[in-house]
Amino acid sequence: MPATPSHVPEPSRTDPALIRNFCIIAHIDHGKSTLADRMLQLTGVVEQRQMRAQYLDRMDIERERGITIKSQAVRLPWAPTRDPGNTHILNMIDTPGHVDFTYEVSRSLAACEGTVLLVDAAQGIEAQTLANLYLAMENDLTIIPVLNKIDLPAAQPEKFAEELANLIGCDPDDVLKVSAKTGLGVDALLDRVVERIPAPVGVADAPARAMIFDSVYDSYRGVVTYVRVVDGQLNKRERIRMMSTGATHELLEIGTNSPEMLPADGLGVGEVGYLITGVKDVRQSKVGDTITSQAKGAEVPLGGYKDPKPMVFSGLYPLDGSDYPDLREALDKLQLNDAALVYEPETSAALGFGFRVGFLGLLHLDVVRERLEREFGLDLIATAPNVVYRVIMEDGSETTVTNPSEFPEGKIAEVYEPVVRATILAPTEFIGAIMELCQTRRGALLGMDYLSEDRVEIRYTLPLAEIVFDFFDQLKSKTRGYASLDYEPTGEQSSSLVKVDILLHGDKVDAFSAITHKDQAYAYGVRLVAKLRELIPRQNFEVPVQAAVGSRVIARETIRAIRKDVLAKCYGGDISRKRKLLEKQKEGKKRMKMVGSVEVPQEAFIAVLSSDDGAGSAKSKK
Amino acid sequence: MPSALPDGEPVPADGALPASALAGAAGRPLGFYLHVPYCATRCGYCDFNTYTATELRGTGGVLASRDNYAETLVDEVRLARKVLGDDPREVRTVFVGGGTPTLLAAEDLVRMLRAIRDEFGLAADAEVTTEANPESVDPAYLAALREGGFNRVSFGMQSARRHVLKVLDRTHTPGRPEACVAEARAAGFDHVNLDLIYGTPGESDDDWRASLDAALGAGPDHVSAYALIVEEGTQLARRIRRGEVPATDDDVHADRYLIAEEALFAAGFAWYEVSNWAATPAGRCLHNELYWRGADWWGAGPGAHSHVGGVRWWNVKHPGAYAAALAAGRSPGAGREVLTDEDRRVERILLELRLREGVPLTLLREEGLAASRRALADGLLQAGPYDGGRAVLTLRGRLLADAVVRDLVD
Repeated sequence: MPATPSHVPEPSRTDPALIRNFCIIAHIDHGKSTLADRMLQLTGVVEQRQMRAQYLDRMDIERERGITIKSQAVRLPWAPTRDPGNTHILNMIDTPGHVDFTYEVSRSLAACEGTVLLVDAAQGIEAQTLANLYLAMENDLTIIPVLNKIDLPAAQPEKFAEELANLIGCDPDDVLKVSAKTGLGVDALLDRVVERIPAPVGVADAPARAMIFDSVYDSYRGVVTYVRVVDGQLNKRERIRMMSTGATHELLEIGTNSPEMLPADGLGVGEVGYLITGVKDVRQSKVGDTITSQAKGAEVPLGGYKDPKPMVFSGLYPLDGSDYPDLREALDKLQLNDAALVYEPETSAALGFGFRVGFLGLLHLDVVRERLEREFGLDLIATAPNVVYRVIMEDGSETTVTNPSEFPEGKIAEVYEPVVRATILAPTEFIGAIMELCQTRRGALLGMDYLSEDRVEIRYTLPLAEIVFDFFDQLKSKTRGYASLDYEPTGEQSSSLVKVDILLHGDKVDAFSAITHKDQAYAYGVRLVAKLRELIPRQNFEVPVQAAVGSRVIARETIRAIRKDVLAKCYGGDISRKRKLLEKQKEGKKRMKMVGSVEVPQEAFIAVLSSDDGAGSAKSKK
Repeated sequence: MPSALPDGEPVPADGALPASALAGAAGRPLGFYLHVPYCATRCGYCDFNTYTATELRGTGGVLASRDNYAETLVDEVRLARKVLGDDPREVRTVFVGGGTPTLLAAEDLVRMLRAIRDEFGLAADAEVTTEANPESVDPAYLAALREGGFNRVSFGMQSARRHVLKVLDRTHTPGRPEACVAEARAAGFDHVNLDLIYGTPGESDDDWRASLDAALGAGPDHVSAYALIVEEGTQLARRIRRGEVPATDDDVHADRYLIAEEALFAAGFAWYEVSNWAATPAGRCLHNELYWRGADWWGAGPGAHSHVGGVRWWNVKHPGAYAAALAAGRSPGAGREVLTDEDRRVERILLELRLREGVPLTLLREEGLAASRRALADGLLQAGPYDGGRAVLTLRGRLLADAVVRDLVD
């Protein structure tokens, strides 16, 4: 182990030439967090005895799923092996690992000059990693390719080094080989970061400009904002201004992470750290925004700021209607830490009071729902996720539809739906299966490239709605789990879309309405109607279950009337038993939702709306 | 294993009732149910509290023996006298059930009845019934019962088809129950009932019609027809689970019920409770009507349930434990519940709705009334009686009685 670095430069007084800002791009399970752990140990930032696996992943859900949702930054002092007297400052910025958080990834990348591209030596690069790699290349970052897990028996370092070299245009010998688990090669990697990644460049005496690349709510400290200073200097106790809103705040604290928060006098050019202003809501300190000093502040913000835009919507309803205020409170709390989470109250005839909630994508939806259930103890029904539609009427008026039941009736001129550019990486043997799946999902092939002899990258334009609807599960099952998927929104397209309504005994059930392509309406209707017939218990009267587009019925099933519901015997000894049974049945009846005159068990809603039919990536174990 | 007892509060050792139970008792009829917990063999569908000789061996010792059972039961009749104190009522009905009462000697049954007459007095027009197994009675036995004061007998016929009786583990031969009716008539019984079961696995509509025809041809004045309930824990439930015999669909039960109503109606029988038909008003089973109209009855014997003035209690189930309690001078009561006003309202609705006279609408609250109007519109309640202030089930409503009750009690 290298000696503890000497003469460690302090924040606000660090020569930019000694700074290296980098992130790690990796797929889930490819070992990013383990590598970060090793770096913390090697640089002496975290002592051996304090080390716990995946130190930087704070939330339980992150650690459990092995993913990182929120990024962080750690200041690592590193004495290069060949120049140990010249301690450098390495700021490692952890990036979120999922497609839903592409915007946050892009801001993390914008805070760096280089990136470590970490790939599992037994699996090769995955679609998401590739997408983030392209993002890094667009940002002109220096790429350091690294193969991890080379100690595994299944590792094929030569093959995948070749693949990486082809992708980024380097020599296969330039690909570093490490084992994050054992620490093998990690010191060489840190040396490589110092050698290859350029030092940050900024104007020290210009007005301060710092970019927010993350913003986290902490129940003790309020919002902790992570910034990268580009120009000038931010000092403790000065007043700062958020350039997108003009709001000003006092800097209560400024500092760096090692990895715990360590207050400092300020942050200078090229430095990465945190600041605390006392705001309580991450929406007041938004990712991508530029911070400047209130006095003699900058005129022009740094580029690239965007408001997060929800792409997928789902209705969240408490199973027990009396939990509605608790659900509201829980969403309010989650929003403190999640600027992308939007919601508004919604009433469903079938499900009662709830919220229509907007998400960045399916993982975001999954994580939010799981947190609501686990951290706040709520039992929820989530309606099948849907995308946002733009509906133009023949009279020229326009409606934005975030809930299928609000799809307008009447003369519709055109309907626009969001589309994505999907990238799928898979072994070549699955090309046929993947193309077939994409065709049935209304995909248009954009192109195909061989990454290596037996791995291929396939690009499609697909309606987002098709991906939201079990695409990922289908892709995994058709490729025996080998394919990986990434997608990014690319705009919208006009499509022949219709709303399919489900009617129970003639009454529309709003929660079951769906918007589908007109060619798929029939299949959807038939499937749902058949499923409902199985799930809804027989009633005292015959109940037709219909699927309809407008006034046209496209599928119909009948739930036969129940003909016998009476105990044969009711004598002396049966009476207490029977009264108690009746009480139990009354309890069961309370768990029924009345849809018109039909009693529908909660379980029917859950079964129809739950993930196996809806959310593609909702692969959480239930 | 017989079915489980309900949960409840303990019964005091002397069996004393709260004062509320005896208030206004004089205005209510009083009946006695006497349980005989013995069978020669256990039928595969049965979950009643009954024991075969092998099941009892070695558990209860001499106390559980069949030979001195009548004496033990008489002890409880005497306890009843003490508990009811100076209650002046004569007993209106006695019903001996089981198990198989006729496994006991006729004089045992008569002795039990005599104890009731001695302790309480029997009303002049008292109805005194025993259940009887077709294979365990003969003319002499029946004559002895009639002589001893019994005036009604109920035979477990179940079916006229051999293959159906086999699935039910019934050992009597087809034709024997019909012969029993004639023997009972000859012995001077005014009232004879035949119990039938429909929906047994393997039974066809025609099998069921044949059973009804055979029963009616024998000339009883009362028929009970029960859908076969496959109770958890019975041999039959296990056989169905293993796929050895098919389960019967509810719709088949509904069809069979309609067949029964049709045949019984054609033979001049009228329903007066969901599963009971009588040829004349006098043919109705008065004792069972006590259950359905919230009257008082004392159930004596292991596992027997009692009700007096809003207090329901039940005895320990095992004959050994039962006999031991009485031998020690303690009440054999295992638990009891004191009904609230709302419990009693709910019970009235769930019991009286099963009767031909139905439930007075005044028992219903606002939501229940609204539900009754829906049930009327859905054809589950009869229009005529409804206008007269009573909720009375239609034929279709009888088959959905439990669903209607769930709505009416709101």
